[in-house]
Amino acid sequence: MAKIKYIEHNGKEHVAEVQNGLTVMEGAVQNDIPGIDADCGGSMSCATCHVYVKEDWYDKLPRKEMGEDDMLDQAYKPNSKSRLSCQIMVSDDLDGLSVYMPEKQV
Amino acid sequence: MIKTDVVIIGAGPTGLFCAHQLGIIGLKCEIVDNLDKIGGQCIELYPDKPIYDIPAVPECTGEELTNNLIEQIKPFKFNFHLNDRVQELTNKDDNWIVKTTSGKKFQTPNVVIAGGVGSFEPRKFPTKSAEKFDGTSVLYSIKDKTIFKGKSVAIFGGGDSALDWAIELSNTSKVSLIHRRDEFRGAPASVQKIKELSEKKIINLFTQYSIQDVKGNGFLEEVEIKSEEGETKILKADYILGFFGLIMQLGPIAEWGLNLDKKVIPVNTENFETNKKGIFAIGDICTYPGKLKLILSGFHEGALAARGCFKYARPNEKYRFEFTTASNTIKDRLGVK
Repeated sequence: MAKIKYIEHNGKEHVAEVQNGLTVMEGAVQNDIPGIDADCGGSMSCATCHVYVKEDWYDKLPRKEMGEDDMLDQAYKPNSKSRLSCQIMVSDDLDGLSVYMPEKQV
Repeated sequence: MIKTDVVIIGAGPTGLFCAHQLGIIGLKCEIVDNLDKIGGQCIELYPDKPIYDIPAVPECTGEELTNNLIEQIKPFKFNFHLNDRVQELTNKDDNWIVKTTSGKKFQTPNVVIAGGVGSFEPRKFPTKSAEKFDGTSVLYSIKDKTIFKGKSVAIFGGGDSALDWAIELSNTSKVSLIHRRDEFRGAPASVQKIKELSEKKIINLFTQYSIQDVKGNGFLEEVEIKSEEGETKILKADYILGFFGLIMQLGPIAEWGLNLDKKVIPVNTENFETNKKGIFAIGDICTYPGKLKLILSGFHEGALAARGCFKYARPNEKYRFEFTTASNTIKDRLGVK
């Protein structure tokens, strides 16, 4: 279980307790947190669950697998701290993670 | 005005099989799709990827599945309206008037929405200033490459479209290629070619840069690019091309007065009709308790929606269930003996 903070583009914060084994994307969708669309349902074939990870957390996360950066090329305003939230698996280690949602997903 | 029994929106596997079922029960249909080819997500997103869960087909690619479905509906000679998008649905007596972006009009008692996650549209630049040049000097696809001859062209993107056009246009134009990171996702041979052209100074390559601003008075003059460290550069540009892939947008479907649950349309599971009489939704775009986003579910939904369409298309006839193995009428429709 990890407490994850989702921060909307307008600054509004949502904190959710997300079970281990779910993804950061699923944590948002299951708790009705706006800002993450996840059109493809988590199969890494769209770029609508894009988040920016807070600087100090970015390096602590498991690294991107092949293909994630290719998908992020197609996201709205990606930067070097961008991740697809469907590819971040939740574990106890992620307790306290903050992610920022982009202005929009599509 | 084209009169028909059913208009199907979306030429993906679900729409195609629904067309087959309509043909089997003796109804006519017209199929509209925003893409320039038949097949929907199967052909646009994963033509080469194997699919393992089509009943009785252990393995096939998106392209093979599409080709087989096209083959299967060939006997019915249905019309496809590709590169076109349904824009407007209006109710007239017991019919729907369907208008497309290209100006086509259909009159039909039934509309089947098999639109997946919506229509594919190119992802555009996030920069507001790029909007006023959209379609004139800021482009997301190329119809006539001769317009770039002798011009300065700034190409954004890291996939095959960006790389292929950068290589091609570098023969006759002054090309800059801009990508947000050092790695490209295009074919290795193209990436190699780009590096060679960059070393020979035929192409100006800027990696770790993104678009920041577009400038011009009346016509496009410059594009400003910015690195994440905040360093900016100004490039002369007559044209800007963006190749960031396609995104799926619900588009005008949201404006037809249908009940929507986020981006999907709730339907009943008897015939997949929506809250509007004569409008059905099948495949990934519909939802109901237990919905699975599988191609096989789309096939089932299409078969039942087709029977739902029969009721409105032939109000004075009674639908009679028949097997393709036994019915001579169906064999006639299929053109087999």
